[in-house]
This record gives sequence, structure tokens and C-alpha cells, in this order.
Amino acid sequence: MAAQRFIGRPVKRIEDLPLLTGRGVFIADLPFANLRHAAILRAPYAHARILGINASRARGAPGVVGVITGNDVARLTRPFAVGVRAPVKYYCMATGKVRFVGEPVAVVVADDRYLAEDALELIEVEYEPLPAVIDPERAAAPDAPVLHEEAGTNVACRRKMTYGDPQRCFEDADVVVKAQFKFPKYSSTPIETYGVAASYEPGSGVLTIWANFMGPFILHSLLARSLNLAENRLRLIVPPDIGGSYGIKTSIFPYMALLGLAAMETGVTVRWIEDRREHLLAASSGTDRVAYRELAARKDGTLLAMRARWLDNVGGYIRSPEPGCAFRPIGNWVGPYRVQSLDIDAGVVMTNKCPTGPNRGYGCGHLYFEIERMVDMLADKLGMDPAEVRRRNLIQPSQFPYRTPTGGLYDSGDYPAAFERALKTADYAGLRREQVQARAQGRLFGVGLALAVDPSVSNMGYISVALDPEIRGRPGYLPKSGATEAITIRIDPLGKISVILGSTPQGQGHRTILAQVVADEFGVELDDVTVTDEMDTFTRLWSVSSGSYSSRFATVGASAAAVAARKLKAKLVKHASYLTEIPEQALEFADGQVRPRAGGQPALSLKELAGRVHWNAAALPEGIEPGLEATAVFGFPEAKSPDALDRVNSSNTYGFIAEVMAVEVDPETAAVKILRYVSVHDAGTIINPLIADGQILGGALHGLGGALYEELVYDEDGQQLCASFMDYLVPTAAEAPQLQIEHLASPSPFTPLGAKGLGEASSMTAPAVVANAVSDALRPLGIEITELPITPSRLWHLIEKARMRKP
Amino acid sequence: MSESRRIRLKVNCEWRESRAAPRKLLVDFLREDLGLTGTHVGCEHGICGACTILVNGEAARSCLMLAVQADGAELTTVEGLAAHGKLHPLQEAFREHHGLQCGFCTPGMLLTAYDLLCVNPAPDEEEIRAALSAVLCRCTGYLGIIEAVKTAARRLREAISK
Repeated sequence: MAAQRFIGRPVKRIEDLPLLTGRGVFIADLPFANLRHAAILRAPYAHARILGINASRARGAPGVVGVITGNDVARLTRPFAVGVRAPVKYYCMATGKVRFVGEPVAVVVADDRYLAEDALELIEVEYEPLPAVIDPERAAAPDAPVLHEEAGTNVACRRKMTYGDPQRCFEDADVVVKAQFKFPKYSSTPIETYGVAASYEPGSGVLTIWANFMGPFILHSLLARSLNLAENRLRLIVPPDIGGSYGIKTSIFPYMALLGLAAMETGVTVRWIEDRREHLLAASSGTDRVAYRELAARKDGTLLAMRARWLDNVGGYIRSPEPGCAFRPIGNWVGPYRVQSLDIDAGVVMTNKCPTGPNRGYGCGHLYFEIERMVDMLADKLGMDPAEVRRRNLIQPSQFPYRTPTGGLYDSGDYPAAFERALKTADYAGLRREQVQARAQGRLFGVGLALAVDPSVSNMGYISVALDPEIRGRPGYLPKSGATEAITIRIDPLGKISVILGSTPQGQGHRTILAQVVADEFGVELDDVTVTDEMDTFTRLWSVSSGSYSSRFATVGASAAAVAARKLKAKLVKHASYLTEIPEQALEFADGQVRPRAGGQPALSLKELAGRVHWNAAALPEGIEPGLEATAVFGFPEAKSPDALDRVNSSNTYGFIAEVMAVEVDPETAAVKILRYVSVHDAGTIINPLIADGQILGGALHGLGGALYEELVYDEDGQQLCASFMDYLVPTAAEAPQLQIEHLASPSPFTPLGAKGLGEASSMTAPAVVANAVSDALRPLGIEITELPITPSRLWHLIEKARMRKP
Repeated sequence: MSESRRIRLKVNCEWRESRAAPRKLLVDFLREDLGLTGTHVGCEHGICGACTILVNGEAARSCLMLAVQADGAELTTVEGLAAHGKLHPLQEAFREHHGLQCGFCTPGMLLTAYDLLCVNPAPDEEEIRAALSAVLCRCTGYLGIIEAVKTAARRLREAISK
């Protein structure tokens, strides 16, 4: 391994200077010649038939270039493919029916945004309102209004899966805990909204779309099909800067199709920047879920089996990559515990809400909220300390790599050590003593714990568990698997290094990370390395799993960079061997030069070798290709497609999170005050601790936002009640708790640098830890938090009800 | 959509002039007509604070003002914070404390902090949090930003006392 001068150091980010001085280049900043602007007319009803659209007045309005309606969409595009069997037709704009408030109905292209919005008001749409359904359980009932007549039901997918012998475990159990949970619909609301520009060149037949899209690029294939384009006629370009995403910008793809169509139909270059109201109404959000869980255990606290039945509410249309929320964590469904038996009934239902998609922690916030609440309920029932119940069930360090009953392959870790570190850092015993005193004074003081296995680098194959194994076993079925990233490194004639990648960072500092990795590989300075991201599907190497999602970059991206660097170093050693007549095995690449392993001379610098390769190509010996560049495509052999028993290694590296939180609940206002919050992470090798901690801090506040403040609320008619930041509460600097972060490092054996992902991290534990802490605070009142967000009004009602019960 | 008006204002110490319709937002005017794309639009209803600039020395939401209202005014945008190629102490401290990730809220955050330090050169943590609560950030969890403002405030005070 190369000497590490930069890996592991809090290197200041290369990205910062332009962003701090107003020189960032976001989608709205990209310059275009003769650019026109789009505005979108949106449905005022949650569920209605479109009887007619008259856009003739809008077409004649000042500055208007063209108007696109659902009729054009139905005529010129195809519905997007989805990963389930339900025959749901999801087009880029409503055709015939609207199924959620805010669904696009028409697009106006005009000389400027002001004129485009003026013209929207001139479009007349005649609707026949239909009954709406919002609640997932209600939507799954046989007499519910049906959103998609072709499907005949609102249930988009349902899978029953059994692992081990749950029935017997439940029969043999000393104790069974049961609970219902509700996880809310919330988003991460990036401060930069969606933005798309499109331009069509009829001569070449190439449609170019610019968007602050983050991948995965499987959606490129879906887009091309929807627009009836060959994939090599659809060029996607991602601007240098993206103003946050946290999963949410995955779901921009319908607008990419819509703007692409607008560009093709009007013949102009057109840009659309979503406004905040549009974003909150109609962009994307996490998935709300109703879950019923049972946990079987022995009276000593040993967990035996889990049983879960849930309904995920994906809104008006199931769209890719849903039903990922239900299945993304399949490999880590047991969390960090040695449970061998599970009984899962995963349902996915459509209702008249905005469609959903990945949101930071995708599916894991739900999972750990439910599991970790259940563990606390079990501890309470057994009269045990919740820390002790967890200790007794953790997977042990000697068991790695650990195969979970659902097919996950946990690569490395020391869960007990990380958990004990969290307890010690938070002074858990001290907090418990403090609690005794507080309770004696009548104060509502609680301590919560949450543990999680933190999956990263999704295996593209996991989503096919949405299909029955019988379907996957049919001849002609194409199995899906894998998780790859490609990176090219080039050394110029003066020996400086360029790294080219196709990732789509949204603030994660990929350029800095790769500069650290590559500088260390070659033993050069950070300044000697230039990193370019900016995805362009015509010039970058990419595949269906490319993109910046599922916390994948530090793992798969950094690995590809290290492998590419090693290929180049090997080539330089080979060439140096030819020049010096010293055998390759006796040479090494270190500190920016090739030199004898034994030390001494001759040492050939990178600059000298690069100069020789570039300037005297004809003198290269046989077996050495001209040029100095190498590409590595890194993949994980363990990312296989699901087997016939529904087992799949859904991610490729698995970190660990242990959190402790202390809270106090104000008995009068029901406000939750976070007094202590400790978060211990094991994400293997940390490349840049500054960036890593930034990810953890941001993720924790996302999780807390969803747990305490944020919810996209709908009334019974499907009207969305929080379409502005005045109604949708995002945590501010005043609410951000102090968070103490600690790291342990169990390097992944599956990556050259040992790094695992941590981009989502505490977003998946924060809901669990705060719900456990608040429940613990309210234990004297007999209140269990089973529904989020824990808003003061919701909590106040729970407290009032409990007080009436126990006078 | 009446006739466009002539607007003349001083931005980052330089007089600029252009024409805009009376309904044009100040932030759109800055971005589209003056080419100052460092000021960002995040909500257009005055909550997220990404578009915060200084108008006559005080923090203001450029999405809640019309360009015509700024005629004759003196503005500072993020492009005007660094002087002679040297970062402002706030910008330096944001970088040191990882007070930015995607950078989209950063211009509004910087100018809000700048405004705070003009009014209150020695804010305590609670005052910093209260002032910064005018700008939403979804990347950082705010702690790095709060630390950066503390550091910058200290350095600015030290520079003045020297």
C-alpha cells in the first residue's frame, strides 16, 4: 500500500473556493444562447379526469413559443418502465387523469419565465373530480377508489418472504412484543430545486438534457425509451455544482423527459427551474409507511424472530427506483442482531399523494425506527436495561464476514466495541443516574439508544426481489446485479495528473477525496492532481449503476481511482525497467518516482518518465502501449442477483452506527429538548474526517427533521397542506443539536482502501434514537412513540390522554 | 407588464445600470441582467434566505424585492465579499470548519453572518444561532457554520484591536 500522507487527514476542500465566492456553476447558472423558459401548469385536484384542455389563448399570448399538453405526451412518448408487474402507466405528464395535486398538466415555453407563467393562466382545463384516497391501508381495501384502472387495484406490489423458521420461533418464544408504527412522508428539500434544460439537434437526432440529476443512470435507459430515442442519441450533462439532493433529485427524471419533449417539439433550447411550491407539491419525498411488527424473544432477552407486515405509500404512481424503500435494506433487515428467522409481508400501495423516491437513508430510517423501538419495548417488558438486551444479541467480531439470513454479507466490524464506545462517550450510566434524580423531581427525562448496520453501494439487483422468484426463474428473464464505477487517470507530458470521473456529487467533496487518494497513490502533492467530475453521458464512462447515491462514492469511486492509479504505476515501473535494465520486481513506485526497492539510484521521476512516454512514443518497447492513461471499472463480485429463496446481498459494504441520546420533554408545551447526542460510526477507513463528519452531521439533522418537525401533510381530499417553507418546517441553526461524533475503523476487506460509505449514516438512526429517548422520558406516563414526527402538538395530545388515563 | 425602467445601482462598489420590467425581482435582475449568479434562489417566499444580500448595508431577501425598489441603492453580494483576491475572514472560516457542502445556501449564509457581525461583533452562540436561523441549510447540520462564525468574529475583533 502507498504511504498515506493525505488519506485520513482533514484536507480542506478543493470545491470550496468557487462556492464561497459566488463562482459556483449550478443548473440555473449555465449559459445558453437564445434560451427560452418553461413554466408548468399543475393539477388542483388529487384525483380527477381531464375532460379537455384548451391552450389556444396561451399559444397566442405574448412571447409564447409553444405549449405541450398531455395529448402530446400520450402521442409522442411512452410510459416509464417500472420494476413491478402492475400495469401502471406513468408518463412524464398527466394524460387523461390526474392522480395527485401538483401533477403536471401542461407546459408553456416562452421568452422568459414571467411570460410563461402569464400564459399558464390562459390555459383552460376541464376536470371531473373523483374521490381521492390518501391512507395506504384505506387504499389497499377492495372498495377504495382505484387510481389506475388498468391495474384494477392500488396495490402495486406485495411480497411475502420467509427466512429460517419464524413460526416455530414465535411458538417457542417466552415473550412476544407487538406494535404498529407509522413513518411519515418527509423530504430533504434541497435548497436548490430541480432544474432541467434541453436542446434538440434535428440534424444528428441528438437530444441533450442538462439537469441537476444525481443518478442512478439506469434512469437514462428509461428516459431514452420513454422518448423513443436510441440511448446514444440522448446526452445527459450534469452541471459542475448541484445544490444538495439527499436522494431527492433521483426523481427529477420525469421532468427531464418533459423538457426533452418540449425542446423537440418547439425546436428551441429551453430551461425550467422548479419553484419551491412546485417542489413541495410535486417533486418527490420519502415513502410513508404503516407497519405491524412482532418480535419473539426468550426471557433472557435473546431475540428469536421478527415478523413484519408493512404498506409503503408510493403516491400517485409507482416510479423507479421504487419499490426500493421496501427492499433496499433487505440484506440488513435483521440489523446488527443475530436473528435467523423472519417473516416479511411487504406491500406497496398507490394513493393520491405526490410520488415518492429515494430520500436520505432510503428505507433504513423506517427499518431502524421499527426494530429499535421494538427492542426497547422488549427491554421494558422484560424489565431489562435496553443496553443489555442489545449487547446479548449483537453479531460478534469473530463472525465476520457475516451472512445474514436475508443474504446480506456484512463485510467487517466490531459492533460490541462500537456500542460500548458510544455508551462510554455518552456516560450512559451517568445519564441513567441523572434520570433517577430527574424522575424523582417529576421531570420527563429520557435516554435513547439506537444501533444500525449502515449499508452502502446498492447492488442494482436488489430491486428485482419485488418480483416473485417464480417470475425471476422464467426462461428469458434477465437477472440484474452489480455496482460499478469507472474512473480514468491521465498523466500529462510534464507529469501532472488528471482524474476524470462521472460522478454527480451534491456537496460530498468527491474532487477533494479523489485528489487525496490519487496523490497518495503516486506520492505527489495534492496540487499535482486535478479532478474533473461533471457527468456527460457522451464522454464519461458509465453504466446503469453510475451516479452518486446509496453512499457509494468513498467505496466504489475511491476504489476505482486507486485501481486505475495502480495500473498506471505498473506501466511506469515496466517502462522504467526497460530504461534502466533493472528487473521490474526490483523496482518500486514511491514518492512520485520509480526507484530500486533496495534504495539508491537510478530514480526516475514521474515527470521524466511521463515526458519520455509522451515525447518519444516510437521508442517505447514492445508490450507498452503509447500514452499514459488508465481506466479502472471497479465492481463488487458479491453484488449478485437475488437467489430463488429471495436472499440478496443488497449492498456491498456495511458500516455500523451506535447512538445515545438524552432528552427532556417539557410537560407543559411537549417540546423535546435534546440534551446529549453521541454518534459512533464504523465506516472502515475514513478518507477525509472533515467531510465524513459533515456527512454525519447533515444526515443526523435530516433524520431529526423527519422525526420531530417535517411532514408533507394532506387533507382527506388529497390537498397538500404544506407547499411553502412557512408550513413545512425545516430545522434551522436554532434547532441543530450538538452532536459528538466518534469513529472506529474496521476496514472493508472488499475495497482496496478499506473505506465504506457514510453519506446517509445518522439519517437512518436519528428517528430511532429520538423516538426511544422520548418514549423513555414518557415511560412514567406509559407512552410509547410509534408514530413520527413527534411534533409538540402530537406529543401534547399523547401526554394529555395518558394523564386522563392515569389521574 | 408595463414599459421597462432604467435601474442604476451600486453593486460591490461599482455602479451598474440596466433596464428591467417593474415586476422583475431584484434577484432575477442581479442574476440575469447583471450576471451576478452567486446569489441563489431557493424559495421565492423569503424563508430559505439563500438570496440574502446587503441592501444599503443591511441584510435583505433579494427575492422579496423588486429590482425597481433597489434603484439608487448600494448592494453587496457574495461576489463582493473577497477583496483584492483575498477571502473575507468569514469565507476563510467557513472553509476551515466545513461550513459548506453543496454551497447553494452559502452566499445567503455568508451575508447573513456578515450582517450579524456588523451589528454585533461579539455574538455568543445563541445569538449566532438566532441570526443564522434566517437561512436554511440542508447539508451541514449547521454546527460547522456556527463554529465558522465564532472563529471569524474572533479574528475580525483581533484585527480591529491590532
